Amino acid sequence: MSEPAYEAKLKERFGADGFTTSQFRDNRRVVVKPDRLYAFLECLKGECSFDMLAELTAVDYLNYPDARDRFGVVYVLLNTKTGERVFVKTYLNEPELTLPSAFPLWKGADWLEREVYDMYGIVFDGHPDLRRILMPEEFTSYPLRKDYPLRGRGERHNFPVITRAES
Amino acid sequence: MPLELLEAGVPEGEEKEFLWTLNFGPQHPATHTTLRLILTLDGETVVKAVPEIGYLHSGFEKLGEDLDYNQYVTVVDRMNYISPFYNEIAWHHTVEKLMGLELTPRCKYLRTLLGELSRISDHLLCVGAAALDLGALTAFLYGFYQRELLYDIFETASGQRFHMSYTRVGGLAFDVDERFLRQVRDFIKGFPKAHADIVRLLNRNRIFIDRTRGVGVLSKEDAINMSATGPIARASGVVRDLRKDEPYLAYKDFDFKVVCANEGDCFARYLVRMDEMMESLKIAHQAIENLPAGPVNVDGDSKAVLPDQTAIYHSIESLIQHFELVMLNRRWTTPHEEVYGAVEAPNGELGFYVVADGSGVPYRARTRPPSYLHFQLFPYLIVGHQLSDVVAVLGSLNIIAAELDR
Repeated sequence: MSEPAYEAKLKERFGADGFTTSQFRDNRRVVVKPDRLYAFLECLKGECSFDMLAELTAVDYLNYPDARDRFGVVYVLLNTKTGERVFVKTYLNEPELTLPSAFPLWKGADWLEREVYDMYGIVFDGHPDLRRILMPEEFTSYPLRKDYPLRGRGERHNFPVITRAES
Repeated sequence: MPLELLEAGVPEGEEKEFLWTLNFGPQHPATHTTLRLILTLDGETVVKAVPEIGYLHSGFEKLGEDLDYNQYVTVVDRMNYISPFYNEIAWHHTVEKLMGLELTPRCKYLRTLLGELSRISDHLLCVGAAALDLGALTAFLYGFYQRELLYDIFETASGQRFHMSYTRVGGLAFDVDERFLRQVRDFIKGFPKAHADIVRLLNRNRIFIDRTRGVGVLSKEDAINMSATGPIARASGVVRDLRKDEPYLAYKDFDFKVVCANEGDCFARYLVRMDEMMESLKIAHQAIENLPAGPVNVDGDSKAVLPDQTAIYHSIESLIQHFELVMLNRRWTTPHEEVYGAVEAPNGELGFYVVADGSGVPYRARTRPPSYLHFQLFPYLIVGHQLSDVVAVLGSLNIIAAELDR
């Protein structure tokens, strides 16, 4: 498959060894280091006109065969004019679970980043309101991490019970 | 506890004294499902809205890491339960992309047909409920009568009215019969009249227009920047429809239009949904009349599909194949890869991000729910409008809490 136009731009800006690319089916991936992630996203949004953040998610590679890093964070960017997609991926390891927030670039990142924080404990620096979104505020673990058991750790039994008289 | 957080966003100074807080939901008839809004009001004008979600969070994605590629379809059904079949399409579309399976033409057509019928069902509910919240009960009842017919069709096809669980990896659970075809043809014949009835009730209804036109306006730039997709983005002038832009299933074969509007308000979203239903009906009509013959499942040699029940009893290969797919330590072999697949669900782009580790169970099954990304638009859309507009905007966004919280 021929090299997409945005990859040439990225090479020009960051150098050929600044990132690696791979492809599976029609998903074209760009893997970058977390410290250069924001510059990449900025370049992709500005110069390469990927104007929509279609999806942002994380994966915990704890038990994944041949995995070297603990977490992977995936940004799916979309150019609404051409319909082109690019998958920007970055890997994170404990204890440095911090990424720059993409909120200044795409407002759509707001809740997506909150969900990743809620489920994996990855902190997005510069997010305006980073708190749990799906789990209750007092929840202490990160449920989608692979070391969190499917049946939970007994949180349900310890939920405070409010009786009608107390409420 | 969240009430304290709200304080931070409220304007400082003397003005604050006039503001009051209204807790909307989580159990309120107009939220339809369990979602909560903390509204800060100045008189009846909404100054700030903070959505609180998670009341229906039940860990679907965690469950997806425990169930295999066929089992998870029953859970996927329960995300957007208004159009469950489209979730199934999305899930198995991604899984088949991962495994590299090419469906048979008949399966593609049947999935497209049922998908479009569920799109009609979804839009009918959305339009009906939006009108109901604004006081127009009749349109809701007309819509629900048609949805009842659709449920009959789904029941004939799959045996289940609501959560069909009809797709399987590489095909469908079983083929459809003559009765199904008859029911679909009857529906296609009868639906335009019901649609025209709803149009006559609402399109020029003074009260409905006054309550929706100019309310909750979403500009094109904001729609793109805030990841809006589907009818909501199209009502704001974003010409994007995955059925056209990234054709999947049999959409390439059909003639249909992408419905768009420029206004971006609640009324435009209503109009887009109404017109989309007719386009869906057009697709359904073309699909049923050109339904190809042949098997609904991919070839048994692919080792991806469960063999036919009679074949299991009569041939050793099929019996082995059946065992291979149901035994917990065998099942599918998948590439060590990850893939994102998205389809144009009635609500917008519904995607799945599947990470496979070679076993028959996904390592990670992430859902990109359209409702989730649309609900975060809400605080931006409602600010400056009246309290009574809250239900109008909520209704036009078509938030399904089960999909929102998963």
